Order: sequence, then C-alpha cells, then structure tokens
Amino acid sequence: MNIEGKRLLWQDYQKEIADDNYYYARSCIRQNFFPGSEKAFLKILREELGKDIHDEAAHTTCTGIGYHSDIVPFDTTMTVVARQFALMTEAGYRNFVPSCITSFGLYTEILETWHHFPEVEEKVRRFLKEATGREFEKPKNLAHASDIIYKFRNEIAVKAKYRLIDKNTGEPLRVVEHIGCHYSKMFPNKGVGGAEYPYVLTGMIEAWGGEVIDYPERRHCCGFGFRQYIVRANRGYSIACSKKKFESMEPYNPDLIITNCPGCPMFLDRWQYALSEMEGKTYSKDGNGIPVFTYEEVAGLVLGYNPWDLGLQLHQVQTEPVLDKIGIEYDKSLKFKGLNGEDLGEPKSPSFLKFYKDE
Amino acid sequence: MGELYDKIAQDVRFVESLSACINCGTCTAICPAAEFYDYDPRIIASTVQTKDDVQIEALLRSETIWYCGECMSCKTRCPRGNTPGLIIIALRSLSQDLGLFTDSEKGRQQFALKRTIGEWMLRYGYCVHPEAMDIELHPEQGPVWEWEKEHIEDVMNRLGANYKGDGPGILRKIPQSALDELQSIFDITGGTERYNRIETFSKQKADELGIEFGPGTENDYFNFVYSTNNNKHYSKE
Repeated sequence: MNIEGKRLLWQDYQKEIADDNYYYARSCIRQNFFPGSEKAFLKILREELGKDIHDEAAHTTCTGIGYHSDIVPFDTTMTVVARQFALMTEAGYRNFVPSCITSFGLYTEILETWHHFPEVEEKVRRFLKEATGREFEKPKNLAHASDIIYKFRNEIAVKAKYRLIDKNTGEPLRVVEHIGCHYSKMFPNKGVGGAEYPYVLTGMIEAWGGEVIDYPERRHCCGFGFRQYIVRANRGYSIACSKKKFESMEPYNPDLIITNCPGCPMFLDRWQYALSEMEGKTYSKDGNGIPVFTYEEVAGLVLGYNPWDLGLQLHQVQTEPVLDKIGIEYDKSLKFKGLNGEDLGEPKSPSFLKFYKDE
Repeated sequence: MGELYDKIAQDVRFVESLSACINCGTCTAICPAAEFYDYDPRIIASTVQTKDDVQIEALLRSETIWYCGECMSCKTRCPRGNTPGLIIIALRSLSQDLGLFTDSEKGRQQFALKRTIGEWMLRYGYCVHPEAMDIELHPEQGPVWEWEKEHIEDVMNRLGANYKGDGPGILRKIPQSALDELQSIFDITGGTERYNRIETFSKQKADELGIEFGPGTENDYFNFVYSTNNNKHYSKE
C-alpha cells in the first residue's frame, strides 16, 4: 500500500470541527453498553482540554433506531431532532455533538433535506411549535464526538502516560479501525477522510503510537442492520457480517479493534462470544479473541485512566492482553467490584473465550 | 403511470434517491444484504422505475424489501448518486401505510419492532434500556451482560452514571415533561398513526392465522413474528 498516496487523498477530505462550546447529545446504546465511554469523553474535554460542553437532561432518543427500523415516519424523526436543536438553542449553544453515529448520520441527512427542501423545514418548524411550543436555530457546526477527539488527538498524545506500543518489543500495536457506516457513507464530505479513507480513528491511532491494519473487509458493515439484529429471526445476517470481518482481519493478527459507533463495538464484541459458543472459534492465537474498544476507552487508557473506571469490565472479549502488552497498571481484584469495593459476584466464564477475573 | 408510483414519488426520500438508474449493479456488488439474502437492490431500483403498479404492489407485499440493513453503503458507490437504501425506506413506509407488510414473513416483523424499541422509546425516552433488554430475547449478549443486568444499579453507580436519577447524566430518568413532548410529537406528525396501523393490520393477520394476540411481548403472535424463519431467504451460494 502506498501510504503517501492515501495521505494526499485525506487532505481533500477535512471537515470543520468547532473548537469549543459544545452541546452534547448522548447515545441510547452507548449509555447501556459503554457508559464509561461517555463519562470519559466529558472528563477528557473538561479536565484535560479545558473545554465547555453542555450535558442536557431533557433530550431524548433521536428515534434513529426506530427510523431505520421503519416504524417511525420521517416527519416524526425530523421533529424529534428539531426538539433537540431547540434544547441546544435554549441552552445557548450552536455546536452540536452527538455521541451516536446513527444520530450523527440522521442529523446530517435532516439538515441536508432541509437545505434542498426548505418547505420540509418549514413544516417541521410548525410541527414542533404545535407539539411543544418550541422554536430552534440550526447548529452552526455538527461534529460527531469522535471528530472532537480526533481534533485534539495531538493534545491528548502530549498528555499521554502510555502509548499504543508493546512495552517489551517497542513495536507499535496492530490496530483495526472500524468506522460506523452512517459516519460518512451517506455524506462523505461530512466525515474526516470521507467514505473511502475515513481518517477519524486512524488519526488517533497514529498520534498515540499504534499502527493501522489495512485489511480487505475494512469498510464492511458490522452487521447491525437495525431490524436485522433486533428481530431474533434475522440475526444470521448480523453475525454473518461480523464473521466476514473477523475472518478478513484475523490473518493480520490485530491486537485490538477501535470503533466510533455505538452499536459496532457491542456487536464486534458480542458476536465473537456467540461465534465461539457456536463454532468453538476464537479469532486470536491465544484464544482470547480480539478486544474491541471505543475511541474514548483508548483515549482514556493512554491518558492513564483506571481501566475499571472506563468500564472495560463490561466487555465480553477480555481487554487484559492489550493492557498487559502496553504495560498499563490495574488491580485485577477490583474488576467486578462496586463503587466502594462491594462484592457484586462475577460473570460466568464462557465455554471457549478466555476469561480473566480475580484468581 | 400508476397510483402507487405516484404515492412513492411524494416521499422526499424517494425524490432524493432515484434519478435515472443505469442498472449497473454497483449497489448490489457492495451490498451486505445481497451477499446474505437472495436480494438485489439493482432490481428494486429497476422495478420502481417501471412505474408499473402491478410490479410495485408485488414488491410492497414481498419479503424482498425487508432484506436491506439500511447501512447505506450503496449511497457511497452509486455512480449516479442514487440511494437504493432510501428507496427501500420509502417502499417500507408505503407497505405499512397500505397494510401490505403482513403478507410477508419479514414484513410481519414490523409488529415485533413496534412492540419492542417502538414502545421503549415512548416509555423510557431511550430506544433501548437495561430494564427492557431481556436475556431471553438476547442470549447472544452473553454472561457479562447478564451480570451487568443483574447488578445494573451498582454497575452504573460504579461507572459514574445517574441511573434513573434526576438531572443530566448516563441513563438518567428522562423527565416526564420530555416524554410528554415526545408523545405529542408522535401524535401530531404521524408516528402514533403508524404505530396504530402496525397494531391494526397485525391483529387482523393474527386473527386470520388463528394465533393468540395480546399486549406486550408475551403473546403467541409476538413470538411468531419475532422468531419465525422459513429459511428460504438466502442467496444460492
């Protein structure tokens, strides 16, 4: 691969990312499965970078999962999103930062629709006024939360306690990056690096010392497919897509996977468990599987945050091999403990995937 | 030209997604659904372009339109800037408006989607919530999720969440006033009407098939649409 050629192409795909004063919209899926990531995002912005970011109590789901499962009409979704914009306006902010990629894609699609069809925007404004009495300004800047971390990746690197480097060999960790489909496949010019060479995660990995793996199915969907996962009868679609990716990346011996979408890390984590139970197969030589991280988890790790504060104990594919390889210190006896060390028991061990607990 | 085509052509997503498809099949080449299912987005675009109501009605009653995962990879690749995934959204909307979705196994699943995430959104303000994610519906979530769910308040507390609490934070209780506004938006913009149509047509289908229909997810019709797979959906290879 000619890296220089790709770097030149990436230069054509930069987007404007606001510098400060953000309005944060949380992700339904991430709050359930990766609560530590959203906590880390706010901590990094406020405490490491000194930024102002508003955490809103009254915003709701954007209905994106319902919209893409086709049970929620577009008018409804657009008006719910207009309400989020109204809350942003009322709080005095104009830089909108969704934590979710489905939301980010949907907000982008809606703003584009309103741009091309102003009468639709007017209709939604009437709907919102009638339903809630609210009015709104459109965001001046719309950036996904991963765009913000990307923008400040070098500042984070300067403060880093660890780098994505094997402490024993000095070699960079081998990293698979997986971008959520709705980050830039619909509107390539709204994502850093476009749809062909999304640079948003690659930029972080390179800044923090790792090496990105380019593998054949790099841009294939994780397999969420909305109705293709939510309905049990369809889950073959979902697990087949993830399996295709695992088989494609396995020969490159990745140390870890980094994602920027709420659903992708959950599916890439859980489907490794399901595939191991179904087929006895694990996608790493040591039988651990390939650990899957959010970008905030990786940012938090390099900044020296406690892995159990980041929520790594909620991963089914165990993350300890990555922590050990980098040389990150942690107390394994506290992995599954409560806030004040309460004993919460431990998850059961899977049949095939390695499992690490206090031993 | 046909009435059904005219209805689809009123959908802004359709207007944005189809202008003179050249049938090159690039969308099919990149499509994850086409790899897994007996599915070809090129044919969808081609069929809709005929503006033939007989063919379009057959699509609206078919399994075919429910195979897409809406990943929108087709949007990136189409040399004409078309989006078969958006055509699918417009077709699925019309299939539900007309009650034709209950003619297919995959279409009938809209009922399961409405009864799960559809109702969770209005009840919790989240499309998914730990209280709703049953292990029985999601065995693939595995033992760590089972442990998390069993100790959800302690785990969320450990990770700095504001679980079911007032004010901002992770998995906070969405204020009742916000849930009321969400419901009002659904009522005014057609969301509630779509939910009601899914319920009405699903009840009709359940009666026709002689399957018990009841509230929530613990009834025979829910289990029927949620779990049934006739295994005739797949690509030949």
